[in-house]
Amino acid sequence: MDLPVSQQKPSVAQVPVSAPQPRWASLRGHIFRRNLTWFLMALPALIWILIFRYLTLFGTWIAFTDYKVRRGVFGSDFVGLQNFEFLFTTDTALRATRNTILLNVQFIIVTMVFSLFVAWLLFEIYNSVLTKFYQTLLLLPRFVSWVVTSYFVYALLATDNGLVNSLLRSLGLAPITWYASAEYWPGILTLVSLWASVGISSLIYLSGMLAIDVQLFEAARIDGANKWQQFIYITIPMLLPLIVITLLLAVASILNADFGLFFQVTRNQALLYPTTDVLDTFIYRSLLVTNNVSLSAAAQFYQSIVGFTLVIVFNWIVRRIERSDEPLSLF
Amino acid sequence: MATYTVKLRQQRQLDRDRLLSILGRFSVHLALMFFGLSCLVPLLLILSASFTDEVALTRNGYSLIPSEFSTEAYQAIFRNPTVILRAYGVTLFTTIVGTLTSLTLMSLLAYVLSRPEFVLRKPLSFFVFFTMLFSGGLVPFYILMTQYLRVQDTFFALLLPNLVSAFYVLILRTYFVALPSELLDAARVDGASELRIFISIAVPLARPALATVGLFVALNYWNDWSTSLYFIRDPDLYPLQYLLYIIRSNAEAMQLQSAVGTISTGQMPTQTARMAMAVLATGPGAVFFLFFQRYLIRGVTLGAFK
Repeated sequence: MDLPVSQQKPSVAQVPVSAPQPRWASLRGHIFRRNLTWFLMALPALIWILIFRYLTLFGTWIAFTDYKVRRGVFGSDFVGLQNFEFLFTTDTALRATRNTILLNVQFIIVTMVFSLFVAWLLFEIYNSVLTKFYQTLLLLPRFVSWVVTSYFVYALLATDNGLVNSLLRSLGLAPITWYASAEYWPGILTLVSLWASVGISSLIYLSGMLAIDVQLFEAARIDGANKWQQFIYITIPMLLPLIVITLLLAVASILNADFGLFFQVTRNQALLYPTTDVLDTFIYRSLLVTNNVSLSAAAQFYQSIVGFTLVIVFNWIVRRIERSDEPLSLF
Repeated sequence: MATYTVKLRQQRQLDRDRLLSILGRFSVHLALMFFGLSCLVPLLLILSASFTDEVALTRNGYSLIPSEFSTEAYQAIFRNPTVILRAYGVTLFTTIVGTLTSLTLMSLLAYVLSRPEFVLRKPLSFFVFFTMLFSGGLVPFYILMTQYLRVQDTFFALLLPNLVSAFYVLILRTYFVALPSELLDAARVDGASELRIFISIAVPLARPALATVGLFVALNYWNDWSTSLYFIRDPDLYPLQYLLYIIRSNAEAMQLQSAVGTISTGQMPTQTARMAMAVLATGPGAVFFLFFQRYLIRGVTLGAFK
């Protein structure tokens, strides 16, 4: 270990010098100076958080105004709940809310079930030399951006020369114009989302499984439990805290969609909006494409406030139901 | 005789168990191989298409093995590599500068919040971690960046967002909390300043956590395209992923030429060139990050338990 500090000569200059003062005063000055240094060290990050996380909260005021760029956030006219009225009378916002919730629920369930299964498979052969290899393959999607994902999804689903349509043709079936058929996209997006997240999420469960006491499995095996029974009666109950935390976090952000997945993978095709337009893409479009900043801010405020409420409520629920010593809630 | 039968039965049972367990292990491997390859194969589709002849790709469609091998797409790109090289420069610059700045800010904050003697520890921890509960979202963020900070079309627009993440600060803090306080006190007695202690003792000891968080931060910068979608209009500042997005959306409008440069429209290998761009933009980065995947795995484990 390199500790250049200890090699330094203790420098006299850094010891508080004011000699005739009583000891406690110099000590207090010393403590003050140390705390000041600490505060200054943390300051850059604190300023960033103040500006980007707290000051932006004032921006939600836009949701209650008729925002005009030239007049600024607080110079624009106050219109009360007019933006929200407009938001909830258009079908688009309700459709986006429905899509966001339904698709997120689908993603959460599919990813959880599948990742638990893959983690269990990895756990069963954990000592094998191939485990690392499988992990690397499963993690690969984590390194790929949504833009590149959209490239291969296109290679699969292109109408004229996509791989899937080639397969359909060779089976004697009619090709499908995927990018114009909204009904298939809940399934497609679920598959793509699973592809992207199964590696990380199964790793989380695997690390949870590795922490389970092996003696439990030994005892069950001696009692005649097969692998499946061990999975159901030992692995799942032991992983319950982890599963609950994952669910809590996922449900708390149920109104937040992965912008990249919905914007890039669908290639932002308007024909697919009936099933793929979510709050995040709706907010983006209102802000930067149709330039209705106030409407966008209203949708954003609605998304944020519901999200915040859900986090608080679910945190409270988990705190109420937790029985183990291990705390599950975030706060 | 009876004991013999029992032994034989036990032996048979054992053999059957062993056979079942071998079969079981084999099917587990088979399933994992299938899932693992399902993660890889879609990416190979891009690679294969980039090495296919343009006409053959249009005629025969996408396949895992090039129907007609050709390097024309790569030749076309390397004939005029300015655009992709510039995008590489932008991405490398933002990834390196962004990750270093982000790690510096976050580790300083995490270290200070980990000091039990720090008088403002409790209120400042609340100030930092409370932000994990809510977010103003895209709209106020967009207004702040464009109307107040006015950083659109500058490197600051690419660097500033996501510099500090409360979640990563939390991970780093758990590491700094575990530092032996005797060590820090010893340095203090030797007259080292607090900043000096942080740089020479705390940072080297927290290197594993810093590597993990650094990998996640770097990956975010490397794969970022949405920041450019909001704030970058100047083609000279396009990072790789955004360039890929622009190429794709331009191709949809049959305007690939403007993005790739001065390739003559006549024999422009459109689909294959796009795929080759995707390979060139992703390949080196993906290999680099795969090399550091153990940090990613550790990060997952860290994140799962607190």
